[in-house]
This record gives sequence, C-alpha cells and structure tokens, in this order.
Amino acid sequence: MATAAAQQPVPQIVAHRADQRSTGEARGWTSWATTTDHKRIGIMYMVTTFVFFCLGGVEALMLRLQLGAPNNTLVTPQVYNQLFTMHGTTMVFLFVVPMMAGLANYFVPLMIGARDMAFPRLNALSYWLLLAGGIVFYSSIFWNPPEAGWVSFVPLANSVYSPGGGEDAWIYLIHLTGLSSLLGAVNFYATIANMRARGMSWARLPLFVWTILTYSVLLIFALPVIAAAVTMLLAERHFGAHFFDPATGGSPLLWQHLFWFFGHPEVYIMVLPGFGVISEILPVFARKPIFGYKAIAASTVAIAFLGFLTWAHHMFTAPIPEALLVFVMLSSYFIAVPTGVKILNWIATLWRGTVEYRTPLLFCAGAIAIFLIGGISGIFLATFPIDWQVNETYFVVAHLHFVLLGGALMPIFAAIYYWFPKITGRMMSDGLGRVSFALIFLGILTTFLIQHVIGLDGMPRRVYEYPDVGNLALYNLISTIGSFILALGVLVTIVNAARSLRVGAIAGPDPWKANTLEWLPSSPPPVNNFDVVPLVRSAEPMKDIRREVQRRSSAAVPAPGSATVPAGATQVGV
Amino acid sequence: MNRIPRALGHALSTTLAFFTPESGGSPNADNIDSLYKIVLAIALVIFFAVIGGLAYALIRFRARKGATAAQIHGNTRLELGWTVGAAVILVGLAILTFVKLGSIQNPPNSSAGGASLLGEGEGGVLYASADRRLPPNGRSLNIQVVGRQYIWQFVYPGASEPDGLGAPYSYEEMVVPTNTTVTLDIVSSDVVHSWWVPQLGGKFQAVPGYHNYTWFKIEKPGVYAGQCALLCGRGHARMIATVRAVPPAQFEAWLAHQKQLIAQANAAAKVARAKLGSQVGARQVENP
Repeated sequence: MATAAAQQPVPQIVAHRADQRSTGEARGWTSWATTTDHKRIGIMYMVTTFVFFCLGGVEALMLRLQLGAPNNTLVTPQVYNQLFTMHGTTMVFLFVVPMMAGLANYFVPLMIGARDMAFPRLNALSYWLLLAGGIVFYSSIFWNPPEAGWVSFVPLANSVYSPGGGEDAWIYLIHLTGLSSLLGAVNFYATIANMRARGMSWARLPLFVWTILTYSVLLIFALPVIAAAVTMLLAERHFGAHFFDPATGGSPLLWQHLFWFFGHPEVYIMVLPGFGVISEILPVFARKPIFGYKAIAASTVAIAFLGFLTWAHHMFTAPIPEALLVFVMLSSYFIAVPTGVKILNWIATLWRGTVEYRTPLLFCAGAIAIFLIGGISGIFLATFPIDWQVNETYFVVAHLHFVLLGGALMPIFAAIYYWFPKITGRMMSDGLGRVSFALIFLGILTTFLIQHVIGLDGMPRRVYEYPDVGNLALYNLISTIGSFILALGVLVTIVNAARSLRVGAIAGPDPWKANTLEWLPSSPPPVNNFDVVPLVRSAEPMKDIRREVQRRSSAAVPAPGSATVPAGATQVGV
Repeated sequence: MNRIPRALGHALSTTLAFFTPESGGSPNADNIDSLYKIVLAIALVIFFAVIGGLAYALIRFRARKGATAAQIHGNTRLELGWTVGAAVILVGLAILTFVKLGSIQNPPNSSAGGASLLGEGEGGVLYASADRRLPPNGRSLNIQVVGRQYIWQFVYPGASEPDGLGAPYSYEEMVVPTNTTVTLDIVSSDVVHSWWVPQLGGKFQAVPGYHNYTWFKIEKPGVYAGQCALLCGRGHARMIATVRAVPPAQFEAWLAHQKQLIAQANAAAKVARAKLGSQVGARQVENP
C-alpha cells in the first residue's frame, strides 16, 4: 500500500484484505434471488448453464454408449430419440447461448466502464426466464420428452406423429429462453451503445464487446422468426391450424425455411462471442496487441450479416429451386472469407510475440485448431453436390461439433480460466488446467475426427443402431472412447474450480497483466464496479493506465511498494 | 512383376476410400466422388498450411528469458492479400463445382444394352416438370419412390388401369435393369423421409406434398444398400432400402410376373365381390 509518500500515484489502486465479498454487500439466498446486480446475475447464469451443460453431456455419453457397439440394445429407439433431442436442445438453448450471456453480463459493463447494465431489472427477468425454460423443458422427462430432434421437423412434430406433450415442452422452452435472450439482447445493445466510458469510441471497444453487440443484433433479428415458427407449430398441434399440412394447402418445407432462417444465425450467435474471447485472451498471453483490430471487428459484422443469407444450405436435399441451391452455396463460400481472416489475424497476433503457455492461452490455441477443422469440413458441406452425399450423416455431426466445440466450448473454458480470478479473487490451478485442456483437446479429436469417416461410409445420423458392416463397429467404438476422455477433461476443470474456490492463490485485481478495464477494480469488483471511471485513450486502456501510473510515480518520490500491482497478486510475464 | 504396383494401387484406393464418400454404382455418385477428391486435396493443403502457421507461432515465439514481443498492430497489405487469396480459392472451387454439376444432376441416355423404354406420351413418363431432369432423348425408366413410416415402396410403370391403378410395385427392394437410366420421383405419404443409396448418388428428401427427383444408371449387376436419411420417427434406423440391378431381360420378366400377380389378384377379387354380392343382396360395394 502506498501511504508513506506525500505524492501518491493516481489512480490509487488499494487492495484491502483480499475479501471474497466486499463489505456491505448483501448476503444470504434472498439477496441472490432478488438481485439486479449484473455481476450476481452473471454468476447465476454461468452456474445454471454449466449445470445444463453437464446434463447435456450425460445425455451425449448415453448416446455414445448405445452406439459403442453395433445392434446394441442399451436403450430403446424411443429413448435414444429422446436423448439426442434433449442433448441438442440443451446444448444450444440452455448452455452455449446463455453461457455467453452470463459472461457478457458480468464483463461487458466492466469492460466499458459502466456501473451496471442499462436495464438491471430486465436483466434479472432474463435470468429467471432462462431458469424457468430449463425447468419446464426438463420436467418433460417425467412424462414424454420430445423425440423429434432439436430441429423438430414437421409433420413428425405435429400432434398426429408426436402425440405426447414433449413437443409442447420443447415449444415452451423455445419461447421462454427465446424471450430471455431477446430481452438480454436489447439490454446488451442499450448498454453498449449508451454507457461506454468517456473516450471509448467504437474503434476502442474491446473485441469481446464487439462480438456481444453483434450477438445481440443477431438475436433480435433471428429470435422472432423461431418464436413465430413454434407458435405456428403450437397452433397446428392444438388449435386446428394447417400451416404445415400439405393436405390443406400448407407446407412442411415452410417449417424448414423458418427454422433454418433462425437456425443458421443461431450458430453465429453461439460462436461469435467465443471468437471475442479468443481476441481478448491471445493479446494478453502473447504480450502484443491484437493483429488487425479493425479487420476483426469488421469480420464480426460481416459474418453476422452474411449469416442471414446462408440458411438454405441446411436444405440442399429438400425440393428447392436450383437458383436457391446456387445462391446459398456461394453465400456459404463467401462467409468463409471473414472467418478465415479472423483465424489468420489470430495467428498473426501470436507471431513474434512472447507466448506464455497458461491455461487460457492453451484453450484458445486449441479452439483455433479445432474450429479450423470444422470450418474446412464446412466447405465440403457448402458444395451442394457433395452435401447430397454427406448431409444428414455423421460427417455433419463431426462438422457441427468441431465448429461448436472449437468456436464456443473451448473459448468458454478459456474464459473460465481467464476470468475466474476476477469473479472470485482466486486463481485456478494452472497444472490442473493443462491436464483438463489436454484431455478435452484429445477427447474432441478422438470422438469427432473418426465421425467424418463414419459419415463417408454411409451411416446416417439420428439412428439408434447400425449394422456390423465394414469398419463401423471399430470407428464407433473409437468415438465412444473419445467421448469419455472429453468428459474426464471437463470433470478436471470442475474439480479445479471447486478446489480453487477454497485454496486458490489470491489473485488481486490484475493477475494476467491484461489490457481491458475489467482488470482495474479489485477481484471481485465492488458493487459499484469503479470508484472513478478512467478516461479511455486506446483499445487497450489498462496499458495506458499502467504507463501513466509509472510515469507519475517515477516523477514523484517513489514510495515503497507503490508499484501498480498490489501485494498478494501473482505476476505473469515480464 | 507388376504385383507390387497393383498391391500399392489397392492400398492407395483403400486408403482413399477411407477419406471419400461411397461410389461405384452410378456415374452421378462417381462424379460426386471425383469432385470430393479435388476439394479434399485443396482442403488438406489449406489445413496443413494454417495449422503449420499456428504451431510454428506457438513454438518459435514461446516466451523465453530476454525475449520481447514486437508491438505490431497490423499489416494492411498482408491482410488484404490473404483476404483476396481466400476469395480466389473459393471462386476456383465454385467454378470447379459448376463444371462438374451437369454430370451429377443430368441423367444420360440409357446404354445400348438397357431395357427398352417408352417415351413421353407412349405410356412412359407421364409428364416432365421444371425440376425433373430427363435424359437427352427423353426416355427413362421412371420409378416412384414412396416414403412412409417405416418402409420404402417403389411403384413401377405399367399401370393396367387408368389413373395409375394396377401398377406393379415392391417394398424395400427396388429391382432395376442394368445399363438403363432410371429416374426417381420421390414422394412421401406421411412425414419427411430421405431417399439415400450412397453408391448410387446423393440423397433427396421425400416431403409430403412435394415431388423430388434424382436418377441413377447402374452398369454392374448387384445389390446396392441404403437407408432413410432423415429422422422420421422411432423406426428411422430400420427403414432400409436396397436396389437390385439385374440384366434387362431378367427385369422385364420380373415386371411381367409382378403384373401377372396383380392381374390374378384382381380376378380373384372380382370373383369374391360377385360372391359377396349374391350373398348380401342389394348392399354391394362398387369399388372395394
């Protein structure tokens, strides 16, 4: 603490006892249930979505166990169909999208120097709607879970072919989580547009905040479409509507168009914030600025816009006009350009840096490699004559998992290791982190690389059993073993987090010597986030602050221990 | 002496089969396979180049004592360069795809040894629509593929009565003549299914209310296996299909036999209806 000298460095970063919670903040479960503080809401989001992630993961392990041997009888076809429906729906609507919202909830206000979100009570409502959606959906397992896949095609999903209540539970999930996300999106947009610190122009906005801004706009445009579609399905199931019934002038293709018009932007909703996390973490651990800030920001917006033009590449095998086939193949090729640009910019960020192999960086590097594989398999799928062979097979399952695990899951884990110190005030174990990374990386490769071959060999997806022909038994066994390696890797991180809450090293405000404003206040931050919001002069405000503190304290009489980093923090790098 | 190159060739093709889709039954499948191989070659080059760059950056620029990071913010020419480069590669792939597209989508004429086919208006193909593609001479063996939970039905030309009644049909196994262009008219009677025999080409959805079209032309007699490729319910995994290709004469004989069975069944039904009529009296059903 700098107390001795007459001149004190400004701003003064004072670390009191490294308290888990700042004094004066409300305690007890009722304070959590009624909170409108973005940090607490963010924590609730992250914990809730991680629980759903584990549920979705267990469903996946059960799927893989059934497929571990040909002609297996571990589960019935009905249960198998329910499992993959629950798995896909859970991962998309109850894990990835809201987890990104949770990270954004905690960190966007901090990164832009704001006190809270623009609409704190609306923020709380978003969380409770999410929880309600998850509870409503999972309560269906006590009656009839949905069986029609996360895509819920009609006529399969109508009341004739899906007579139970499972489809209705699915519809209510979409409505509740959709409303949650929509309100959150409006909140994020209003916050980012209006509550940035003085000096934080659009060109100085942290890249993670750029991706959250884009994520919000995508949600605002895409969610109403799916909300309309599932309402039409609900009406068809229960109120005598005939939107999708060909016998009375409706069309099953209408569902496919509506679903995928939402569904394709949805995947960019899932991966763009993950890209934002990578863009934040790489510069910190390479010790140099992001390469091509403007290009990355522009690519983010380009991907979001183009993402609305490619939905029909999920429908190449449907009876659609030739012109649509050609247009959508070209737009899907086109979207590969800004995506590729991002990957190259990330590699260039590491180039000629001094790369520190800490866990957040490892997860980001792994994410790039995994996403690259998925992006390349996407080129095959975009080429529609090839898609005619590989669509609806394990080739697509492999592709979607590579892009989602690389573009969303691994960045989420990177974000957990990176931001856990800020949220809790303690560091996670780097050793355990490396073990978790290795298991997850290896697990993903083992589970999903071979699935390309399974699909090329002719095995469709969403089948509960397969015959013992060719090498399918061996390939599926490899994939099943990989899924358990992946699960083990996730478990290691869970153990790491639980353990670190009690015995992790005290982090201090800025353990990584990072670039953005969330690292200015203490860890965890006080309720009001910032006592004084600094003037922002660049896209890396913490570097400017450190430089300014250095300048002013060397100009004054240097007080002992007046360094920018308070006692007790771990130092990283130079 | 040429056993070694032959063994190597066999090893190579087996290895390649690992990385490529099924083919071998029909020219459209073979052309998809060759397009796939070209895209694969380009994809592998791109993959190893980028992964190589990533690995090199991580290893060569690892934090070391005394090393400092170069504070670079960007390089406009480099960024423009690789953006244009990526676009050029993709334009090339698009051109390649369109060059090969015709051979995948457009059915050729049947070969000389194929079944004799009727043309349009001669009791063969009933109509040609904008989406359906016919061979240049307009003649193909048109089979309707009907998807239903959980079995495929195939309806052949040769209806004995108006409005398509009495047409020969089979379930689960489609019998076709070799060296003959077969065009498929894919429909569904309940939910969405997807017709797929990998060695005979791509898959196409069977959507109720729609017709979807594809074709194949088999040179080698044999049985080609496939299955429904879009979730259609609990029995989806068991909705298999096979295509049995036989010499044209054998196909004609089989088809004639199917028609004969239908004729016999119709005759027996007529007798049964008459008997029922005489027993029940006035309350007869005209067309059971």
